[in-house]
Amino acid sequence: MNDYAFTFADVSLVARADGSLWWPEKAILCVSDLHLGKSDRIARRGGTLLPPYETQETLWQLQEAIADTSPKTVICLGDSFDDLGAAMSLPADMQKMIAGLQAGRNWIWIEGNHDPGPVELGGSHLLDYHTQGLVFRHIATAAGCGEISGHYHPKAGVPGLRQVRSFLIDQNRVIMPSFGAYTGGLSAASQPLRDLMLPDGLAILTGSRAIPMPLSALVRPQGARR
Amino acid sequence: MGMTSLPPLFRDWFASKGWSIHPHQQAMLDRAEEPALLLIAPTGGGKTLSGFLPSLVELSDGNHEGLHTIYVSPLKALAADIKRNLGTPVSEMGLPIRIEDRTGDTSYTQKRRQRADPPHILLTTPESLALLASYEDAPRIFKGVQRIIVDEIHALAESKRGDQLMLALSRIQTIAPDLRRVGLSATVEDPQAIAQNLARHPDPCPILQADPGPAPDISMLVTDEKPPWSGGGAAYSIPAVLDLVKQHRTTLIFHNTRAQAEIYFHNLWLANEDALPIGIHHGSLDRAQREKVEAAMVAGELRAIVCTGSLDLGIDWGDVDLVVQIGAPKNVKRLIQRIGRANHRYNAPSKAVIVPANRFEVVECVAALQAAKENDLDGDPGSPGPRDVLCQHILLMSCSGPFTADALFAEIKTVGAYASLSRAAFDDCLEFCATGGYALRAYDQWQRLKQVGDVWQLRDPRAAQRIRMNMGTIFDYETLKVRFKRGAKMLGEIEEGFAATLTPGDTFLIGGQIVRYEGLNQLTVEVSRNKGREPKVATFNGTKFATSTQLSQRILQMFQQDSWPALPAHTSEWLHMQRDFSKLPEPGRILVETFPQDGRQNMVVYGFAGINAHRTLGLILTQRMEAAGLNPLGFVVTDYALLIWGLNEVTDPAPLFDPQNMYDGLETWLQGNAVMKRTFRVAATIAGLIERNTRQGRKTGRQATFSSDILYDTLAKYDPDHLMLRITREEAMRGLVDFGRVEDMLERTKGQVDHLRLSRVTPLAAPLFLEPGRIPVWGEGRERLMQDRAAELMEEAGLTSL
Repeated sequence: MNDYAFTFADVSLVARADGSLWWPEKAILCVSDLHLGKSDRIARRGGTLLPPYETQETLWQLQEAIADTSPKTVICLGDSFDDLGAAMSLPADMQKMIAGLQAGRNWIWIEGNHDPGPVELGGSHLLDYHTQGLVFRHIATAAGCGEISGHYHPKAGVPGLRQVRSFLIDQNRVIMPSFGAYTGGLSAASQPLRDLMLPDGLAILTGSRAIPMPLSALVRPQGARR
Repeated sequence: MGMTSLPPLFRDWFASKGWSIHPHQQAMLDRAEEPALLLIAPTGGGKTLSGFLPSLVELSDGNHEGLHTIYVSPLKALAADIKRNLGTPVSEMGLPIRIEDRTGDTSYTQKRRQRADPPHILLTTPESLALLASYEDAPRIFKGVQRIIVDEIHALAESKRGDQLMLALSRIQTIAPDLRRVGLSATVEDPQAIAQNLARHPDPCPILQADPGPAPDISMLVTDEKPPWSGGGAAYSIPAVLDLVKQHRTTLIFHNTRAQAEIYFHNLWLANEDALPIGIHHGSLDRAQREKVEAAMVAGELRAIVCTGSLDLGIDWGDVDLVVQIGAPKNVKRLIQRIGRANHRYNAPSKAVIVPANRFEVVECVAALQAAKENDLDGDPGSPGPRDVLCQHILLMSCSGPFTADALFAEIKTVGAYASLSRAAFDDCLEFCATGGYALRAYDQWQRLKQVGDVWQLRDPRAAQRIRMNMGTIFDYETLKVRFKRGAKMLGEIEEGFAATLTPGDTFLIGGQIVRYEGLNQLTVEVSRNKGREPKVATFNGTKFATSTQLSQRILQMFQQDSWPALPAHTSEWLHMQRDFSKLPEPGRILVETFPQDGRQNMVVYGFAGINAHRTLGLILTQRMEAAGLNPLGFVVTDYALLIWGLNEVTDPAPLFDPQNMYDGLETWLQGNAVMKRTFRVAATIAGLIERNTRQGRKTGRQATFSSDILYDTLAKYDPDHLMLRITREEAMRGLVDFGRVEDMLERTKGQVDHLRLSRVTPLAAPLFLEPGRIPVWGEGRERLMQDRAAELMEEAGLTSL
């Protein structure tokens, strides 16, 4: 329907329109780069004080995705917290909400570059997670195979229309869009992502529905020469 | 102290100059005791001296101690100008009067000294005066002040600066109950409204009308070359305008936007074979550069100056004998005031030429000329005093010392614009100043006032410095300085939003030259010289004025004529073609044309409600079309019409204009709208929610935009009833959203739609297809395009399934 189903490393996966990845056979739901506590971190680092509502917003979206899929396992693919301090100082009601989401299922926190150490919340903390030939880790590796990662917050769009958060998929890897409420993005046509992805790969645009398009059709953003 | 005749000293001085006193100057002397008095006089009528004469006479005996007269002008430069001009009579008559100015440019030590020992006459700006009233020693400074002269009051009347001034005045009047108020104004459509705002409410304010002088000589430029179908550049007029410059001593060439002024100036120089000295002056240019042009102009070294509204106010620029207005003036009152810039000698007619920038503007210019001849000025109905300014005033007053809510409320009610302020609305603002509002209650930085008994005071007295640092109601959209790479010379400033759209290699115009964008270094835009003739990016955002209601109505009336002898042939033929092929819009009805073009279905609505209201109407209509499954893709607006294109044909447009629930759709899109965020940024900054200046230094534009946008989104979602959001909605409705004119249009036409289905584009609609500034609609239509296009790309790449 609104989601995009595909086969990756002999596994059937679904790129959901909301930016989460669903593995029906194992009932795994994967989300990446939640960046919970971003406003709190900006405040602690001397920036503008932003009200903490974006954490709430991200968790509501996650709650909806979990309600839709009833996963046995939830994998948060790193940068779940904006930094370790943000994880520590999460307001009590948010902590309670996370505990509620975790109840009755496995919960895996993959470590990201923003939140490198274990945090005080429930669930297991892993550097990466291997299962059935797939590996879930935060940052894609050059030699990666059957690799599902996040980190880059890719965005892509049909030429002439605006860019939206997107999955990037080729035969070796899936790079996931960010799931957090206030996170920016990196164009799929920019160099770091071009270097990682095979030219025959796909971008799956998210939003009200998941729309596939070939990576080869992406136009390099103007001014990207440098 | 009846002051009916001029003291001998003054009479002799007038005689020595060979002058006789103007009747309105005498009248000002005769009525010097009025608590409030408004003088309406044309530019060049010795208006400023009329204001000062009673003060000079009263001070001439040398018996007054301390501050006697405060002079307020909207421009710092004007204050400096007056100091010079007033210096002449004071020194020639040997009057014992000390005159000083106090503006943002005055040094810190000078300002401190002025607080300890105020001059007899203080020349200042609304902001500096409001600041002065916020000091603990304000009662000492203003004790015994007799008169306040507000110059160019018409320029302050419709702005928040004026509201701030009047609020500050309410405090000064409490300190000095005998203070008399004098306003000096250019010709305006509604002097009564200005008078009411000037006087202490509910005191009366008599109005003195000076002889308006001879009628101006205004004409429209008609060239052999036809004006283009769209655009605002008027490049076609350059040879003719150069000829006019040659025939006159000094010409002012007015433009409606800075971008247009830049482009015109550039083209003028390319065609300027005689190398006539021509300068450019607008608000984005570096101050040093502006001052150079001003000095050259006063010295009579320039034959012409290309300028914008920054030259609108009454500084005496010397010998201007011609005003050229490029582009339709949009507003008759502004046209008249600009024309007043020419011929400053009393009793000589001013001469002006209007240059239409495109074919439709020919019609508009002719309508404006007729209105100007009939002196039919346009104006907006006054609105109640803005509450963001009130919040700032409350904070500033808390800096001057503890206060009771009752006393401050009573004082504020003496300001005309706030006379109808309810106690609940005042308490609302006070609560916001005290806590920042419900959603922000957890943050210390917004907890500023505390209540002890029934007295309010600053929670932390050190906050006073921060509040003063962030005061003011002038809101320049954040700008970035532009300079050559590896060079020290500042070229000027561009809006941050425009800078964000540039990529290295883009060329644009500034200071009349084409430069190449190299990159951003800290807060400075670095550019290099570029030899090209055509800038790639031709525009940066200037204010977009909407054609006034009165002028739009005049145009609609004009369309009803059988023929148009007042219009040049190329334009009247165009209107005849429209009448034959389709229909000309009528005042009491909405004309809607639909036709296919370029593979899309198009709908043109001739709303004649001005560009801002059309943009709003475009958003409402496309939202309704979206709901009706008509798949709109985008729209573009001008002052007279709105073009919407989409995937489906609109077969029955009338229900789209149903005034019922018009407001519903508005609320929804308003929330996510950039216009709202812009408006919010201004209101929240004025009210003190967002700080422009911190002790660490000025916030960068990007920082400020980012935080204000997020603050806006958050409040919109979680505390939609927050005072700042209510203010934002109200302001946007009046300002950029201009919902009032959408409502007017619907009321005027009672939703009567004339729908014409046509096979192709019509003459009147054709220019809309050339209009820049197309606004995309992100809806199902585009979603479908995106899906279709992505599917095609998949097909082409042979990737229908991976």
